[in-house]
Amino acid sequence: MGDLFSNLNHGFSIALTFQNLGLAFLGCLVGTLVGVLPGVGPIATIAMLLPITFGLEPVGALIMLAGIYYGAQYGGSTTAILVNIPGEATSVVTTLDGHQMARQGRAGVALGIAAIGSFFAGTVATVVIAALGAPLTRLALIFGPAEYFSLMVMGLVFAVVLARGSILKAIAMIVLGVLLSTVGTDLETGQERLTFGLPFLSDGIDFAVLAMGIFGVAEILRNLDHTETRNVVQQAIGRLLPNREDFRQSWRPVLRGTTIGAILGILPGNGAVLGPFASYTMEKKLAKDPSRFGRGAIEGVAGPEAANNAGAQTSFIPLLTLGIPPNAVMALMVGAMTIHGIVPGPQVMTRNPDLFWGMIASMWIGNLMLLIINLPLVGVWVRLLKVPYHLMFPAILMFCCIGIYSINSLPTDVMFIGLFGIVGYILIKFGFEPAPLLLGFVLGKLLEENLRRALILSRGSLDTFIERPISAALLAVAAVLLVLALLPSIRKGRDEVFVE
Amino acid sequence: MRKIALALAAFGLATSAAQAQGNYPQRPITMIVPFAAGGPTDVIARIVGDNMSRTLGQQIVVENVAGAGGTTGITRGAQAQPDGYTIMMGHMGTHGAAPALYPNLKYDPSKDFAPIGLAAGTPILIVAKKDFPAKDLKGFVEYVQKNGDKVNMAHAGVGSVSHSTGIFFTSVIKAKPTMVAYRGTGPALNDLMGNTVDFMTDQIVNVAPQVQGGNIKAFAIATATRSPALPDVPTTKEAGLDGYEVSAWNAVFAPKGTPPEIVAKLNEALVKALSDENTKKRLLDLGGVIPSTAEQTPASLQKLVESEVARWTPVLKAAGATAE
Repeated sequence: MGDLFSNLNHGFSIALTFQNLGLAFLGCLVGTLVGVLPGVGPIATIAMLLPITFGLEPVGALIMLAGIYYGAQYGGSTTAILVNIPGEATSVVTTLDGHQMARQGRAGVALGIAAIGSFFAGTVATVVIAALGAPLTRLALIFGPAEYFSLMVMGLVFAVVLARGSILKAIAMIVLGVLLSTVGTDLETGQERLTFGLPFLSDGIDFAVLAMGIFGVAEILRNLDHTETRNVVQQAIGRLLPNREDFRQSWRPVLRGTTIGAILGILPGNGAVLGPFASYTMEKKLAKDPSRFGRGAIEGVAGPEAANNAGAQTSFIPLLTLGIPPNAVMALMVGAMTIHGIVPGPQVMTRNPDLFWGMIASMWIGNLMLLIINLPLVGVWVRLLKVPYHLMFPAILMFCCIGIYSINSLPTDVMFIGLFGIVGYILIKFGFEPAPLLLGFVLGKLLEENLRRALILSRGSLDTFIERPISAALLAVAAVLLVLALLPSIRKGRDEVFVE
Repeated sequence: MRKIALALAAFGLATSAAQAQGNYPQRPITMIVPFAAGGPTDVIARIVGDNMSRTLGQQIVVENVAGAGGTTGITRGAQAQPDGYTIMMGHMGTHGAAPALYPNLKYDPSKDFAPIGLAAGTPILIVAKKDFPAKDLKGFVEYVQKNGDKVNMAHAGVGSVSHSTGIFFTSVIKAKPTMVAYRGTGPALNDLMGNTVDFMTDQIVNVAPQVQGGNIKAFAIATATRSPALPDVPTTKEAGLDGYEVSAWNAVFAPKGTPPEIVAKLNEALVKALSDENTKKRLLDLGGVIPSTAEQTPASLQKLVESEVARWTPVLKAAGATAE
């Protein structure tokens, strides 16, 4: 324990130098702005800014890049709440209740609780990394393909619970999402699937393209066809910051979200995406009145936002302690380290203690800065909603197009947002919800690849999913959740029979 | 009238092109890296490009165009204006293995480029899980041969370096282990360290830290000499395996038709970068191998590409590997 404090002390002495503080601030600011712009994600930004860091000290450079990463997580929720566009898989959930809150004139409260919840989660996650980083690494290693598959099955069940309306429609959307995820080159055989020979489909559909089209563009189309709702967003601004009642409702979801997010963030292969979904599911199940969810429940913003940020933070654990990147952003951080002459691996902690502890300390400082940057910005963002919609929507569309083009420089990506926008609009009109589709899409690839990998390793025996205790436990939880989700509708069906 | 205008335009273009060659480069140069930022090829491109920028007096901007095993980016580069302002970092996969893996490849590695020069190679390491029941390469090879498809070989996806070099390895030792595909080296390493898969072959920069940390074991390095990064790991030849010497080389190419003066100028900058102590040190720290002076010429790169295509095509075709 004494070690921990002296190490943290060492870390803060590095992170608190004038230069590193400035870099952390710069990273957080850039990250926030990038997160707010739809489409321009942390991956594109870090890749673009990598050369600029050449002249910096490695520690400072990595502190700045890390700042961009979690800054973008904060900024991403802003767009999700204000204009219903999830920039990343992790902010899909925030659109559900966050945007509803904005429509009810509670955008400031939603943004405020998201920032405060994220700050709390970030603080806890920093402590977790500092104190338990090394032992927790083992958790990443016991997660093989079978465990991963079962975790993804559990994730799909969350998608069912997410649905507000018909369960059947939700399942249809999940399946459609999984199908969309199979577009592209097959990993095991190299065969192209569902690409119709079109070269730009050979690497599959980009998440940002799908999300922006099916959420953002579809939302614009819907707003344009009925006028009253959008006026509501403009007229009533309401309070800017959450009050005591809001905090009373939110503190438990934030605690639970932090725990779930922190655990899932450690897992390899991007387990962090599940965090917000898991938190939302849990809050909806625990709520006295689940019907409030999807209509602007503050718990549905506070919990998932905390889970999101906790996961973003703890996903540094496999990178810092093992040198293994759990997702694309972390892979980029590996590149940044190697460019700066630090070969990431299990030795980083002992060989480069300055980097290791300096980064951990800077995470907390970065979170504090983000809170300071974001709370005053809430007012600015909320005022943005006052901009007349006929000026607002062309701007949103333009930013979407620029953002999406900047990812792969492909004109086809821009056309695809339009296509998915129309698809999304039709789905809304028929009462299908896009969130389960996106979750199916995100999990589909992981689901399929890990299923096949596990079956190859077990030489085709399905027993592997039950024989491995963690996998079996996850499947059991999934089964229980599914029954809980289906029970009300089955009971309702029976009631209706009795009424007749 | 139109003809005159055309002729004038053509004249204008010709003179501006001539001027451009005279004091090339006048604006930043784009270097296409056909992989995601952060990977070994990207890191090498940025280190070398950084130094070349200083020699040329213009910034070399790295543009990552990932996809289809690197062939998306190289296709774009091959079709770019051959004016010296678009160059690319090709590697063993895009200019060696790709013709066998992608039957519909839109470029010919040996015909559609103006080679600039070899940048750096990263040797291939044969690594296995910590608990693998073999002491040395000999025992390992015997075990894989005897147990056949009971052994699991991990690779980072069809078209990746670990995939091609892994198939090559199994064809040299005449064994058929079960192949398990991962999306990238990171997840594959994770399962190798977790004892889920048995072995893989990959670039030293990816696996060396885990070998040094004792999380996995290395049986041999597939080069002629040992690597200073892992001095205890024998070469394949020392360990008694002939015919498996392979390195993931990275080289700079320009599109076909790039003026020879520009090629010469770029090559000069590259050669200078590779003799710079600081650049060299950064590449060596990665476990990279700096090519000899004789290997740094455009002509020897052309030869390398031809010999690599000739080497990989039969190996990969025999294994039935394709990415279409």
